[in-house]
Order: sequence, then structure tokens, then C-alpha cells
Amino acid sequence: MDMDAIGAVLLAILGGAIRVGTPFLFVSLGECLTEKSGRINLGLEGVLVFSAMSAFGVAYWSGSAWIGVLAGSASGALLALLHGLACSMKRVNDIAMGIGVMMLGIGLAFYLGKPLIQPQAPTLGSLPLGNWSDSPQVRAALNINVLFPIGVVLALLMAWAFANTRWGMLVRMVGDSSDAARALGTSVTWVRTLATTVGGAIAGLGGASLSLYYPGSWNEGLSSGQGLIAVALVIFARWRPMACLWAALLFGGAGALGPALQSVGVTGYYYLFNAVPYVMTLVILVVTCAPQRVLRGAPSELGVQR
Amino acid sequence: MTSRSTDTAEAVLLPVLAIAGALLLFGLFVALAGFNPLEVWALLFRGAFGDAFSLQNTLQRAAPLMLTALCVALPARAGLTIIGGEGALIVGALACAGLPYVWAVPEGVFGTTSLMLAAALGGAAWIALAGYLRQFRGVNETISSLLLAYVAVNVFKHLVEGPMRDPASLNKPSTFALKDGLLMGPIGGYDVHWGLVWGVVCCVLAAIWLGQTTHGFATRVVGGNVRAAGLVGLPAGRLVITACALGGAAAGLAGGIEIAAVHTAANASVIAGLGYTGILVSFAARHHPLAIIPVAIVLGGFGAAGSLLQRRLGLPDASVQVLLGFVFVLILSAEAARGRIRWGLFKPAPAPQAAPQKGVA
Repeated sequence: MDMDAIGAVLLAILGGAIRVGTPFLFVSLGECLTEKSGRINLGLEGVLVFSAMSAFGVAYWSGSAWIGVLAGSASGALLALLHGLACSMKRVNDIAMGIGVMMLGIGLAFYLGKPLIQPQAPTLGSLPLGNWSDSPQVRAALNINVLFPIGVVLALLMAWAFANTRWGMLVRMVGDSSDAARALGTSVTWVRTLATTVGGAIAGLGGASLSLYYPGSWNEGLSSGQGLIAVALVIFARWRPMACLWAALLFGGAGALGPALQSVGVTGYYYLFNAVPYVMTLVILVVTCAPQRVLRGAPSELGVQR
Repeated sequence: MTSRSTDTAEAVLLPVLAIAGALLLFGLFVALAGFNPLEVWALLFRGAFGDAFSLQNTLQRAAPLMLTALCVALPARAGLTIIGGEGALIVGALACAGLPYVWAVPEGVFGTTSLMLAAALGGAAWIALAGYLRQFRGVNETISSLLLAYVAVNVFKHLVEGPMRDPASLNKPSTFALKDGLLMGPIGGYDVHWGLVWGVVCCVLAAIWLGQTTHGFATRVVGGNVRAAGLVGLPAGRLVITACALGGAAAGLAGGIEIAAVHTAANASVIAGLGYTGILVSFAARHHPLAIIPVAIVLGGFGAAGSLLQRRLGLPDASVQVLLGFVFVLILSAEAARGRIRWGLFKPAPAPQAAPQKGVA
């Protein structure tokens, strides 16, 4: 491979990091909020698929991609609310319920989305940040998803809110010690359910990004476990919203590796490159986790963190 | 009633009520879409258990579910939440289809058994890896097993569409088909293949292992309370990994059976989500190997009825997925009702039991 090809691949990975990473960003921020309150939501995979379907459907019928984004977020919140309420009952295991919500969300999305496979909905525009350059590759790479800046602002906002606001402290307290929260008269159930629901609304934006920006259509193979990777990604990011942003970009870049190499003629290993994000997540978990020790930054009420 | 018999009655009643509730919800759901729920329920029953043909179809579908459910149940009894059985199934299928590439497997029962052994070993290694990472590296097994499942899917597709592809398979990339003498045939004169026997036997063996052997008992102690297990000197790490390997072997076997009895070659049809439905089966059976058998038959029946619903009423093929989703959510929610059912009007409600452990992970 010559230098031009390497440059093209690097640019494609950079562009792909944002394009592919945006859904990761939203789902991991949603999961981050949920987990900060001491509950895990594996159902975000279902939320992602379900909200992608409803965002696409509403955008198709209303003719406006932004109304679709709102619908995606709202339907994500609805499904997450189901998870939040179900997990508030005694003896209901949040990990198992997450798998249930995942199955239900995917099933509902496939069922209701059957008539949406053919049509083309209006898609979200992109921000052409690369117009200063003459190079078409640079322009392509910096033509970014309009939802991405929203995600960056959201990450900043969440980081600030966790540290500085009453609500942020409340969520963290409930996640770190439900006893302390109860002693202060806070309803643990209420805070957790709310955090789970808002987390679903944030993750729903990721679904909208999938169906309305990239790949920009609705089909049953739209998500291949991005919602689940996001759960691992939050562990990797140590429950810090800003770290979620960098992690999402890293994963987006890894996901863009296969298509980028394919565009310069390296084919035949397509599926193996597709496996890179999963292997990378696993390796990162192996490196960062250790037995007999709780991860720094982990909410101590979190079941996944025993 | 004694507390033991109320426990058993509850263990049966709650899932039955949950499934009934899910059917009710599903009826409501299809009614909203303009279908007649009575007709849908009737077709669900007819498609699952209505005649000899559908019953055999149901049993055929139940066989792999029993095995993939064991992949959740056995690690769960050792205290782990493994949900990547799909990965073990895929690796098992790949091992079964791949063995003839490296060794000229003799046709006959010995050859078929060797294929099943290869499938089981592949699956065992896959899930044992998740158990190892959990026990010795502190990596959450729920997430790692899922990641491994996605890795398995991609490796499978790479090999099937690349190095292992039969050049004659044009539209649907496949490996070379197994020789006729290696295929797993039907039982006697029925349409059900021998995979059902493998499934039932594995469930029974698993129940004997958990309930009757010291090793199984030790595994359950580890699953119940790791600290207590450590105090009495049980090797928790080894027991956990063994449970994972046994579960993975079952799911791998399911993959091998799918190849040798259904598809004859490894191709994309193998990746049908059987591993994920197995999770539901295991939770509904409360991770009890013997209870897995009837639950797998009921849920396999829903799957069998799905195609009838599609043909007769034009319901989307995902309708069964919606039904299973309702079943899953309600079965887990039913846990909240445990210990709260009043069995007799004049008997006081049972005293609250000891606080349950927080989280399974």
C-alpha cells in the first residue's frame, strides 16, 4: 500500500469514527446515566433498534427528519420506562430483565417495521465542516452527522451535571449507596426509574442516528449489538461522560476499519474486520478489569460490578 | 400445605400464569393491528400441538432450545449469567462442519458421534473462556459472552464465505455438505430427528449432575454463596469454569445437531437466534434442567406456530418474537409475586423470606 492509500484509509477511519461512533456515543451516555443510578440496562440494544424503527417511521409519515428524531427519543424513553418500572419490583433481576426488554424491543421493531423496509424517509442533513479543503476525501471525512455535536454537548452537560447539580448528586448518591439515599428521604425507586427513562431517551437519539443518518434506512440488520457494546464501553469509560465520548469515537473508528480498507481494495477479510470492535472491547475489558478489586469510578450499587 | 409443596406449586404456577398473561397481551397486540385474537390463539395452538405434523415440528424446534437453555442454566447454577449461548452454538456448528476438512471422518454412528464431540468441545471452549475471564480476570461474564457471540458470528461468516466455502454454493455460501452417512436421521418412522433424544438426555444428565452428585452440589454451593464455598475449601474457579464448559458443550452440541440433522452444511441459516431463545427457556424454567424440557417444548411450539400465523393471517414473521418478548418480561416480573400467593383463605400469608441476594452477576 502506498502513502496515498494509507492517507485515504486514515481519513476514512476518522470520518467513520464520527459516523459510526455517534450511535455508540448516545447509547453509552444513556447507559452511563442509568448505571450511575445503580442499575444496568442491557435492554438499550432493544431501545436502539426500536427507536431506530420509530424514528424512521415517523420521519417517513411526517416528512420531517427532526420529528422522527423526537419520536425515536420518546419511544426509547418508553421502552426504558418499562425496564425501569419492572426492575423496581422486588426480586426482579435487572440484567435478566434487560435481556427481556432487548428481545421485546427488537421483536416489536421488526413487527411494526415490516412496512418500512422499502420506503425512503427524509434523512438528517450533515454539517460540511470540510469545505475549506479542496480534497474530496477530507470533505467526505469532515461531513459530519448533525446529531454528533448534540451528543458532544450532552456529554459535557452530563459531566457538569454529575459534578455540580443537585440532580447529578442525587443520581450518584442513589447509585453509590441506596441506604444513604433512603436515610436522606430520597426515593431510590423514583430516581432510578427516572434515570433509566432519561437514559432510554438519550439512547433513542442513537437509534434515530442509525435510521435517519447512517446507514439512513430501516432494515432488520441495522444494529449488530451496538447497544450491548455500549454497556461494555461505559465500563471502559469508567462511568465518565467525557470518556464515553472518546471511547465512542475509538469504537466508531474500529468499526470503520473494514469499510475503509475495502474502499482501497483490501477485501476478503470483511467479516474479520467487522469483529475488530468486539475483540477490542474484550481486550480492553481484560486489561482494565481485575479480580478481587472494584473498578475505580464504579457505582457501588451496580449489579454488574460485584 | 407445607412450604416445600407451596414452593413447587408456585414454581409451576407463576410461569404458567406469565405465559397465559403474555398470550393475552399478544392477543391484545394483534387485535390492535386488526386481527381476530381468538383466531390467532387457535392458530397458535393448532400450529404448535394441533396435529401430528405440527407436534413433530414443535419437538424438532424444541431440541436445540433444550441444549442452548442448558448453556444458560448450568452457569447460572454456579452463579454466572451467561447469555452468549448463540456464540457457542455457532462455534459448535463450525466445528461439526469443519471436522471433515481436517480428518476423513468415517461414515456411520462413530463418525456422527465424533462430529457431535467436536461440536461440543468447540462450544465448551467458547463459554469456558467467558468463565475463565470472569473468574481470573474479573471481566463481567454477561458482557464477555455476548461479545464472544458477535466474534463467533463474524468468524463463522468469514470462514463459510471464504476459506471453507463450497464453490458450488452460489447464492447461499455454504461449507461442503456432510456425507450422507454422517447425517443424523429421524427417530424410527417419525419426522423428529435424533437431536431431540440428545436434548432430553442432556437435560436429564444435567439434572442428575446438579442434584445427585457431590460435584454438582459443590457447584450449587459456589453459585449460592461464593464466600461460604471458599470457607469450606471448594475450588470455586474450577467449578465455575466446569459449569461454563458443560453449558457451552450443550450449546455447541445444538450447533452440531443443526448441521447434521437439519442444514447438512454450515451456512447463514444456522444463525437463527436459537441461543437467545434458550436464555428465555432457561429463565422460565428457573434454571432447572428437568423443567427446561417442557418449557422448551412450549416455546418451540410457539416458534412452530409462527409460520402458520404468517401463512394464514399474513402476520409478520416477527410476531413470534413479540410474543416471546412478552413472555420473557412477564416471567421475570412474576418473580415479584413469589411468596405472596395466598394458598388458603384461613392461612396467614407466609412470613417474608430471608432477603434475596442482590443481583445475579
